[in-house]
Amino acid sequence: MRFIPVTCEEQVEMLARVGVTSADDLFSHVPEAARLSRPLALPAPVGEVDLAAHVSALAGRNVDAGRVVSFLGGGCYDHYVPAIVDAVVSKPAFFTAYTPYQPEVSQGTLQAIYEYQSMICQLTGMDVSNASMYDGATAFAEAALMASRVTKRHRVVVSGAVHPEWRETLATYVEAGVLEVTTVPSVAGVSDADAVASAVGDDVAAVMVTSPTFYGTLEDLAGLGVCAHDAGALLVVGTNPILLGVMEPPSVYGADIVVAEGQPLGSPMSFGGPGLGVFACRQQHIRQMPGRVAGRTTDVDGRTGFVLTFSTREQHIRREKATSNICSNHALNALAAGVYLAAVGREGLAGIGEACVAKARYLADALVATGRFAHAFDAPFAHEFTLRYHGDVADMQRSLLGRGFLAGLDLGRFSASDAGLVLFAVTEKRTRPQLDAFVEEVSAL
Amino acid sequence: MYPNDLKYDREHEWVRVDGDLAIIGISHFAQDQLGEVVYVDLSSASGTIAAGDSFGEVESVKSVSELFCPVSGEIAEVNAALEDAPETVNEDPYGDGWMIKVKLSDPAEVDGLMDAAAYEAFLSEEA
Amino acid sequence: MSTTDPVREPLTGTLIFERGALESRCVEAPVLDVPPVSLGEVLGGQARTAPPVLPHVTEVEIARHYEHLASANFGVDSGFYPLGSCTMKYNPKVDEWACRLPGFAGIHPYQAEETVQGALELMWGLQEALAEVSGLTAVTLQPAAGAHGELTGLLAIRAYHTANGDPRRRVLVPDSAHGTNPATVAMCGYEVAQVPSDGRGGVDLEALTRLLDTDVAAIMLTNPNTLGLFDENILAITEAVHAVGALAYCDGANLNAILGKSRPGDAGFDVMHINLHKTFGTPHGGGGPGAGPVAVTEALAAYLPGPVVVRDDVGAFTLRTPERSIGRVRSFLGNFGILVRAYTYIRALGGSGLTAVAEQAVLSANYVKELMRDSAWDIAYDRTCMHEFVLSGGRLRKETGVRTLDVAKRLLDHGVHPPTVYFPLIVDEALMIEPTETEGKATLDGFAAVLRAIAEEALADPGLLQSAPYTTPVRRLDEAGAVKSPDLAWRPRGDVDA
Repeated sequence: MRFIPVTCEEQVEMLARVGVTSADDLFSHVPEAARLSRPLALPAPVGEVDLAAHVSALAGRNVDAGRVVSFLGGGCYDHYVPAIVDAVVSKPAFFTAYTPYQPEVSQGTLQAIYEYQSMICQLTGMDVSNASMYDGATAFAEAALMASRVTKRHRVVVSGAVHPEWRETLATYVEAGVLEVTTVPSVAGVSDADAVASAVGDDVAAVMVTSPTFYGTLEDLAGLGVCAHDAGALLVVGTNPILLGVMEPPSVYGADIVVAEGQPLGSPMSFGGPGLGVFACRQQHIRQMPGRVAGRTTDVDGRTGFVLTFSTREQHIRREKATSNICSNHALNALAAGVYLAAVGREGLAGIGEACVAKARYLADALVATGRFAHAFDAPFAHEFTLRYHGDVADMQRSLLGRGFLAGLDLGRFSASDAGLVLFAVTEKRTRPQLDAFVEEVSAL
Repeated sequence: MYPNDLKYDREHEWVRVDGDLAIIGISHFAQDQLGEVVYVDLSSASGTIAAGDSFGEVESVKSVSELFCPVSGEIAEVNAALEDAPETVNEDPYGDGWMIKVKLSDPAEVDGLMDAAAYEAFLSEEA
Repeated sequence: MSTTDPVREPLTGTLIFERGALESRCVEAPVLDVPPVSLGEVLGGQARTAPPVLPHVTEVEIARHYEHLASANFGVDSGFYPLGSCTMKYNPKVDEWACRLPGFAGIHPYQAEETVQGALELMWGLQEALAEVSGLTAVTLQPAAGAHGELTGLLAIRAYHTANGDPRRRVLVPDSAHGTNPATVAMCGYEVAQVPSDGRGGVDLEALTRLLDTDVAAIMLTNPNTLGLFDENILAITEAVHAVGALAYCDGANLNAILGKSRPGDAGFDVMHINLHKTFGTPHGGGGPGAGPVAVTEALAAYLPGPVVVRDDVGAFTLRTPERSIGRVRSFLGNFGILVRAYTYIRALGGSGLTAVAEQAVLSANYVKELMRDSAWDIAYDRTCMHEFVLSGGRLRKETGVRTLDVAKRLLDHGVHPPTVYFPLIVDEALMIEPTETEGKATLDGFAAVLRAIAEEALADPGLLQSAPYTTPVRRLDEAGAVKSPDLAWRPRGDVDA
């Protein structure tokens, strides 16, 4: 049998040693009504050659980014992944290992996490990063819970310009009534500072925003930070790490917790998952931080080594009083992020950020110049921007798909009030000929 | 191991009465069970406290224990030195490793606690 | 400039930041083919003023660095990994190949459904397979991990009770449960009530009956449980739970043991999460990503997070959010890359192969248990086990002073990853052993022999074990120091720590 190296002869010996005649006998104490008395109704086994053909056929029925020119973003991006990234992530010693609970034989994972944490601290300007969480949305929800623990307050004020799926995830996480969420509608694609100010009170644990926003716009984080801190609340900022080579880190604006979707740093889009939940905070709040964290220390011989630390926050020790129920991290995506950032370095990250911003600007200007689109908002943007389409968005996208373009994200699918708005993302992978060709197709609509 | 001038409770805290003040810490047994203490959280220790209430937590690398106040009264002082030197709890549990001082509201409560002999008997029973 | 001696360099410890030189580069940004912009202007005055400090390294230095790190790691491909309740089985390479196909790795979650029919069909097929294996009706693939599945399942239970106008306060959790169970209960705003185990390692029925009332929302039960035992009273338990209007949640951590042999749905469970990274061969990744799909009965299907994949009359696949959905528990559709691996695994083995997995996993565990009979360890709850069993090192500790931790560390010197230790909490000096089906008999024999040899060592020279390991890349680490003087991030010289 595949993946079972025990031979038939050995199986007989093992059965004899256990004192039964068949493996099925070992299930005889399972109550009859809980036994499955028929074979599983699943397809028959498939050999690897046929399996590969089957799986390839399924993959082939999808239109991937290699076959079209994509302007889709909204939290998942078509950035270039350097070849060295997958070469490292594919090493079995990394991907077939468990959580590094035995540090003596897990130094590879642990040091990679420590290096990842260090890089996230560099990017975000924060003191401490955890070893990562599931994705940006769950990191955002966990940030709300953490802010509540830190401040002992039970309401958060969330900007309506935050990704709707992040807001929905937060709403689900707090559905049990552990936290109240006040959502302040955005105005002109950014947080409404006055509305945020009036929503904030001495019962508020955090003001929660992202910059760039879901619409690609940049927030006035400094103002929002003052607003939060004046009320004794924390400022939680969602960011996009690929931009932090060119953009000020959230720490500059007083962020207390920084979260992000880290997929742009070396993880494939993979239909939206697995992503990478970036989570960073201030040193003073570390005991309220969710998730595992690696630290550097020494062994009995004085050698440098790494361990998971501050474990008493976690569920396996503190059980119902834990800071979160999370029992894993996206270690492999964090590893990819570490390799990615090492590969591009400071200059590469800045160059990639600049390329994204410049190309986005170029495309936005050109699309508006066609007369088919208009800027939806005045706020500055980085590599994503929202335009209003003069016409039927679905028709436009269908037509351009036929020409080989994924023509942005129809924001009407998230909210009726955003009907007619299209969010475009431009990564460093997009070339000028692609952008020009797209604009030409739009003009021809 | 268990000084005769102290009183003990079943949660392994000790009490030393000094006038109307009760000085409170954890016993040798408790610190030994925990192993190396890495953090003592007394941030919630303030104001009035009733016997049996929690006044903080003590952590080792792989465990955390809640601290329960054996007596009632007003928390008069917290051992701030433990913040930077939590290992004092291991090194000197009955001396510099003390945790809080409580101004007793009902000094008679102390009489209800175990003396050293009773506590040692309690320990051997538990083992 | 190299800060390390390449000949005598230890495997780890030298950080990627300390390698390379200021001029070293690996991947550079593409040449800008559009007009440059003034970042200060276009970013509304938010352009970065102090750049982040990142490594300056060439590709060869990156390749060597991570090869060093990898060689200081132990994975399933390195050797035997009998980590109880974690199901560290072999991760087939075809699964890794499959998830990297451009048609899977290169698609965006917001693409139009007609452009991702292959991906949706795969997800639908996986939903169907998990429903069949669990004996339940509806499946969500959204949860990113087992604990995330617990949260999803318990929130669905909560929504169900609320919709019935019957909000409840408590969730029962056995004393042998994983820490995630009580932690999840707390996140869902419920109180935890602990159910004791009985003398045979199952749920204490009498105690359960005492705890059950109309304020109980659910019981969270791992079955087979963390002692590796199938609860013989499972039908009575789920019946008693249902009798007070509560629901039964199955923590599917140990599903590997019962594939094709017993289905939680048939045993009366209403909800379960399934750890694809345990049962369905997807890798653990050094801590993740995994995936924790949740399967539920018809009555709970409407509460699942959206979207789920449905197949319409003409065989097209679409995404739909269930009617009374609790809402999303994450962004996008789930850990799709993991779903591809699990689907590929299930198709490789088929129904018969999955059943063979359970039979061999259970046989191997019982076999190792027999090999460990009459040893320095006592078998906790000695009866036919499922995929794992628990040894108690209490006697060894009393006789030699050697703790289970020391045994675990000594195993490292023998090239074996230690079993799960000090869990479940109800067994003194516990050593929880899960061989999995993917280990040959010689490996199992060798493991038992190593354990027995270690027992001899413990008797002869306890100190030898208490100072182990000796042969690993590093030895025992100062974990207390790591908390007391935290060093959680490298900082460039001159940068003041906060």
